[in-house]
Amino acid sequence: MTHPENAAEFLKDSQKAKWHDETLWFVRDKRDKVSKGIPEWEQLRELASGIKNNVLANLADYLEEFERNATKNGIIVHWAADSEEHNRLVLEILQQQNCTAVVKSKSILTEECHLNPYLEKHGVDVVDTDLGERIVQFLNQPPSHIVLPAIHLKKGEISELFHEKLHTEKGNEDPAYLTQAARIHLREKFFAAKVAITGVNFGIAETGEFVVCTNEGNADMGVHLAQVHIACMGIEKILPRRKDLGVFLRLLARSATGQPITNYNSHFRSPSPGKEIHIILVDNGRTAQLAREKFRNSLKCIRCGACMNTCPIYRRSGGFSYNSTVPGPIGSILSPGLDLKKHSSLPFASTLCGSCTDVCPVKINIHEQLYEWRQEVTKTQGEFAKGLSMKLANGIFKSPLAYKISGSLMRNALKSLPNSLIYHPLNIWGKNRNLPDAPKESFQQWYRKNRS
Amino acid sequence: MSSREKILSAIRSLTLEPKALPDIPNFSGSGDLVERFTQSISSNKGEVLSKSEFEEWFSSSGFSKVISLSVHFSELATLSLPEDPHALETLEVAILDGQFGVAENGAIWLEDTQLGLRALPFATEHLVIVLDRNRLEDTMHQGYDKIAGAQSGFGLFLAGPSKTADIEQSLVIGAQGAKSLRVVLV
Repeated sequence: MTHPENAAEFLKDSQKAKWHDETLWFVRDKRDKVSKGIPEWEQLRELASGIKNNVLANLADYLEEFERNATKNGIIVHWAADSEEHNRLVLEILQQQNCTAVVKSKSILTEECHLNPYLEKHGVDVVDTDLGERIVQFLNQPPSHIVLPAIHLKKGEISELFHEKLHTEKGNEDPAYLTQAARIHLREKFFAAKVAITGVNFGIAETGEFVVCTNEGNADMGVHLAQVHIACMGIEKILPRRKDLGVFLRLLARSATGQPITNYNSHFRSPSPGKEIHIILVDNGRTAQLAREKFRNSLKCIRCGACMNTCPIYRRSGGFSYNSTVPGPIGSILSPGLDLKKHSSLPFASTLCGSCTDVCPVKINIHEQLYEWRQEVTKTQGEFAKGLSMKLANGIFKSPLAYKISGSLMRNALKSLPNSLIYHPLNIWGKNRNLPDAPKESFQQWYRKNRS
Repeated sequence: MSSREKILSAIRSLTLEPKALPDIPNFSGSGDLVERFTQSISSNKGEVLSKSEFEEWFSSSGFSKVISLSVHFSELATLSLPEDPHALETLEVAILDGQFGVAENGAIWLEDTQLGLRALPFATEHLVIVLDRNRLEDTMHQGYDKIAGAQSGFGLFLAGPSKTADIEQSLVIGAQGAKSLRVVLV
């Protein structure tokens, strides 16, 4: 299904769609307010962009430095060329530990690699421990937003779901009550798990440490109780120096949700005595994106979600309409690099208003890259639908008679065509558009009457 | 070729324009540090208390399972630090000393030495951090300057209690970790 088809599905529930739109705009507004409290905000964005540009220009060196220091600190470093290798490495570590139940905190990378279904196929029970992720996991859905995974759901739906899965009172929709039920359920899982999986927000080359940020504390609940911590990190998540975190932690939560910082920002440098930390450095298409000069700097992304909250299309079409692990504007420039055919409608899911670029904390030129991807898409598959209408137009413009006749036909058609035809569900173009009032006469007719 | 070699050689085969690593200026804010820190903690849904306010709260709450690693309140402990973090499941209060706090966002730096067990500030039901009011930094930049050479195996900027807004964006305090954070300024 293309983005417009999925978006139409989302918009069927117009009340919910309106709530989604307004709620995300509220988050965007919070981001604006909190960023205005920092006089050096624009300088911080410039610095973050500059640091990430430096990282991408020296990625191989930084990765080796990170590996060297992490290894020295007692962290076991693995490399995965693609998602299959990543998943296999995780499973091998679990099997070494005889672990069949694992807790996992939020990691977009493991979503991208489809780790959960792979582990489940091999008999491992995976529990996503971020509340929003646990909710969508219960529904067998992927997250619809990278920071707010269950933003597409209303509390009534969650109440029903928890009644079924966690035996909460029927009809009790109080978020505090539902969260408490999830707390009891998840704490039981934390205290039972031998292995915990987390994502990584930043890996520091200079120290070999990595940083994980959460508000719920779920990443830490998992890893500090488990015997083994597996951290999954995209190779672009490297920062050169520890002090670079000062810049990035000031930007991340403010951009994401309008908070000054996430409540838990954990720096892992070496395992507790007797325990293990594994880190898997994953490529999965990142070196290919690095090779695409026009799209390279999409790899600067720190997954804050600000571009989603601000995007007029995302807010009104929902995360699932993108059918891509990372939805929204940033997803629409990352995903075509992974599978251009599957994601060919995504670069068009934008008004090119540029708001995404304006809020991006690392200054990715998202809307320009969306435009560039459109060129790539049309190069490879623009021949069919648009090609046909262009050929038709070409014939009309070549012949003066055909031009005259078609003009008069159109003027009459606009007047007399019933709305049911123009706004027919098959005519996607007619959606959210009004046809202009047609002039009574053509320019030629007008000229003859008034000027000759 | 191993995946490591494959990834590194794929990157090295590209001609990448050199980009300098920018220097980070020493940005700082303005205003009273204690006031800003207090405001930050409260917007993160924690609470800043004086020593006497804390003592009043503590004595009226009647907790029976308390671990205190704080030099200021060692007498309040009813339990000693266990070997196994799983024993923290029913812990009611943990009292720890923070190294320093950051005024702009309320983040408090803690390392293995202060934590005893890394799970402690997460697994406990209520968390109390004792902080010297003279150890407040302006922004995260000064914070990271302070720990530039620190070597702890684990370090944490903690800024509030466990919280979530995953159900219809309604803020709920006490998701999976500590249900409250009290910072005692001494």
